[in-house]
Amino acid sequence: MSADTMQVIQQFLLLLQYTLIFSSVLMMVALGGCFSEHSGVINLGLEGIMVIGALGGALVMRYLPADASGLVMVLLVMLGAVVFGLVYSALLGVASINFKADQTIVGTALNMLGVAGATVLVKAINTASNPDNPSSIIEYGLPRQNFLVTFKIPVSVEGGGAERFLSFEFNWFLVVAIVMLVAAYIVLYKTRFGLRLMACGEHPQAAASVGINVLKMRWSGVLISGVYGGLGGICYIMAAVSQWEFERGVAGFGFLSLAVMIFGQWKPSRIALAALLFGLLRALSNVGTGFAALQALNIPGGVYNMMPYVICLVVLAFTSKKSRAPKAEGIPYDKGMR
Amino acid sequence: MDAPYAIEMLGITKRFPGIIANDNITLQLRHGEIHALLGENGAGKSTLMSVLFGLYRPEEGVIKKDGVPVQINDPNDANALGIGMVHQHFKLVECFSVLDNIILGVEPTKGGFLQKDAARKKVMQLSENYGLAVDPDALIEDITVGMQQRTEILKMLYRDNEILIFDEPTAVLTPQEIDELMVIMKNLAREGKSILFISHKLAEIMAVADRCTVLRKGKYIGTVETKSSSMEELSAMMVGRNVNFHVEKKPARPGETVLDIQHMSVASRQHKKDAVHDVSLQVRRGEIVCIAGIDGNGQSEFVYGLSGLEPLKDGKIFLDGKDLSRSAIRQRSILGMSHIPEDRHKHGLVLDYSLEDNLVLQRYFEPEFTNKAGFLRRDNIRTYAERLIEDYDVRSGQGPVTAARSMSGGNQQKAIIAREIDKDPELLIAVQPTRGLDVGAIEFVHKKLVEQRDAGKAVLLISLELDEVMDVPDRILVMYEGEIVGELDPKKTTQEELGLYMAGAKRDEVRA
Repeated sequence: MSADTMQVIQQFLLLLQYTLIFSSVLMMVALGGCFSEHSGVINLGLEGIMVIGALGGALVMRYLPADASGLVMVLLVMLGAVVFGLVYSALLGVASINFKADQTIVGTALNMLGVAGATVLVKAINTASNPDNPSSIIEYGLPRQNFLVTFKIPVSVEGGGAERFLSFEFNWFLVVAIVMLVAAYIVLYKTRFGLRLMACGEHPQAAASVGINVLKMRWSGVLISGVYGGLGGICYIMAAVSQWEFERGVAGFGFLSLAVMIFGQWKPSRIALAALLFGLLRALSNVGTGFAALQALNIPGGVYNMMPYVICLVVLAFTSKKSRAPKAEGIPYDKGMR
Repeated sequence: MDAPYAIEMLGITKRFPGIIANDNITLQLRHGEIHALLGENGAGKSTLMSVLFGLYRPEEGVIKKDGVPVQINDPNDANALGIGMVHQHFKLVECFSVLDNIILGVEPTKGGFLQKDAARKKVMQLSENYGLAVDPDALIEDITVGMQQRTEILKMLYRDNEILIFDEPTAVLTPQEIDELMVIMKNLAREGKSILFISHKLAEIMAVADRCTVLRKGKYIGTVETKSSSMEELSAMMVGRNVNFHVEKKPARPGETVLDIQHMSVASRQHKKDAVHDVSLQVRRGEIVCIAGIDGNGQSEFVYGLSGLEPLKDGKIFLDGKDLSRSAIRQRSILGMSHIPEDRHKHGLVLDYSLEDNLVLQRYFEPEFTNKAGFLRRDNIRTYAERLIEDYDVRSGQGPVTAARSMSGGNQQKAIIAREIDKDPELLIAVQPTRGLDVGAIEFVHKKLVEQRDAGKAVLLISLELDEVMDVPDRILVMYEGEIVGELDPKKTTQEELGLYMAGAKRDEVRA
């Protein structure tokens, strides 16, 4: 194998690695949105939920002793993200279900509050431990290793002296994402809970007339979206780097996930496919410049970074007309309405 | 089964702020009978049924099931007592299958997982026993209204309900489907189910019900055996006076053509197919032409195209020989087109404006109401509004300054009619002008339409109500799937023939 071939293969492996991990994030968060919307609540606050979920996981990594066992670490980090996401999504629940607030505005508020709140909290923590460090960064380089399995495949390169490796990082979050996907599919389509949940998002008056507690189902939908969003958040910040600056939020990934959800027509299987597509585009912006062919085109890196968002706009502009959103989403449930 | 009554509602009183919706009402439903509940809009029928179904709590009164007093606090309680209801607006999830809709709320499960096979067997069995043909796997959005209603009935049977409430079940059906429903209801009663049938259509009550309880303005008027009663007696009980069913009118004396529509097509917002396809028709002075049809066959889009709310895809509209096909809505109005819209809240009134402002909506720009500087002449508007209110008997809390939103439906409609007729149109388009109105108001509207006709105007009526279609117009055109499929003479045709046209079972090549 020539050194060039190896270079290309390595780039492809890297692309695959990033595609899978970004797709997992998009899919989990989109599935979260899917639960919320099927129950009848538009969740525009996924971005904020991701930030808070990420914060929960990052705090666990910061405070857990470094010698904790790998499995315990993985489980506790995920638990932290889930709990933070869940609690934070309860704000959406209270405001939009019980107080019948405008769901769009509540979601937007959640996004602003998420980034700001996380920044303030992390800065306070950092300043408290070291007055000279007012940054909003949490580092998790070591704990992060527990989530990764690195495969090294030795290859002999023509003319090269030392043995070289093709490497591929496997991330346990991929498994988590697939489990969450299967769970979402089964819950929505095979269980009583799923049937009732979707009835509440389509025609809550019909659901109520057969004795279903619409408010309870909507709360369930919103809280599940908090769980999925929180997991997506921690997965996202750990995808490629070993520290996170919380001022940056999650760079619009929550919104991208909403696009994935719409493109996926609120159906788990299609959401998975849509997530792969958008994940690939996002990964290209990370590693695309590594390909010699793409390098030769001499396109500024910013273009690759824009791609997922631009394509998202284009795709939605063409597909959203046919979209099959849950009919009653966004409308607070009113018992008196017929 | 020892007690004579399946359900008794004794002395039920339900108050809402400002009104007593049910005032000491008694209703006794025997086992295995079909019991009609008759009353005008606002008589308290829906409130009474909501009390029975657990949606409202009455202030006074008792409900007894088989002679035993019961508490019904929510629909679950009603269900547990075997009370089921087919609501006027179906409670079906459109993107679910028939089967999913039937089992929703009482799903058979094993460890939380749905067990649909057993459910399917039971549904098919019931469907066969009662002659309720449905396709369990079809989605609700793909099936006919008739099958949707059968799905609703199966929902009740699946829950082994013994007391079945039908809330205005025939409003959405074709005449043939109504006949089928009557047979189904009789079958159900024969099998021992007790049926409450809410309606304001006397012919149906006479045809299917054993007894009939009449409400008027929230009060209990009486219960009669239909066999020993008559439509005249029932209607007098319902309205409180004798009502003339037939619209009094002299034979039409049509003059020259006012409205001439040629090959009009209007695109649909939902489908690729045109909502209105290649429709041609004429309306002459001194005649009332009615477009009949089942709801959703393009009537609304036809009116949108005609009135200018939607652009035409194809074709031409002439009013008194002038081509209006591309004219603005105001232009059409100024040239003599008046429009009593289907949806009076959406297209008829600005609900948050006062009554007087609503009455000049079509004319506020005329010199009488706006001075040269562009300011409204409030005093003239007030005088004008007061005259219309007087002439058309529009009743409201505070006269001209009443908010339109706070007025009753009947008086809102009167206000629209006053505005549209008083501007002295050449063509009056009336779309379902009596929808949701009580018998007295319906009489008023029909009288006004005939008056316009006799004054030499052209009147185009679009109606879903069979009685109205048979009684009011001089010619009937039937619209089916966006096309005119037949022209009928109301004096010569029957409701059955009309129904065949409306259901698409019969069609002529019409070039009216």
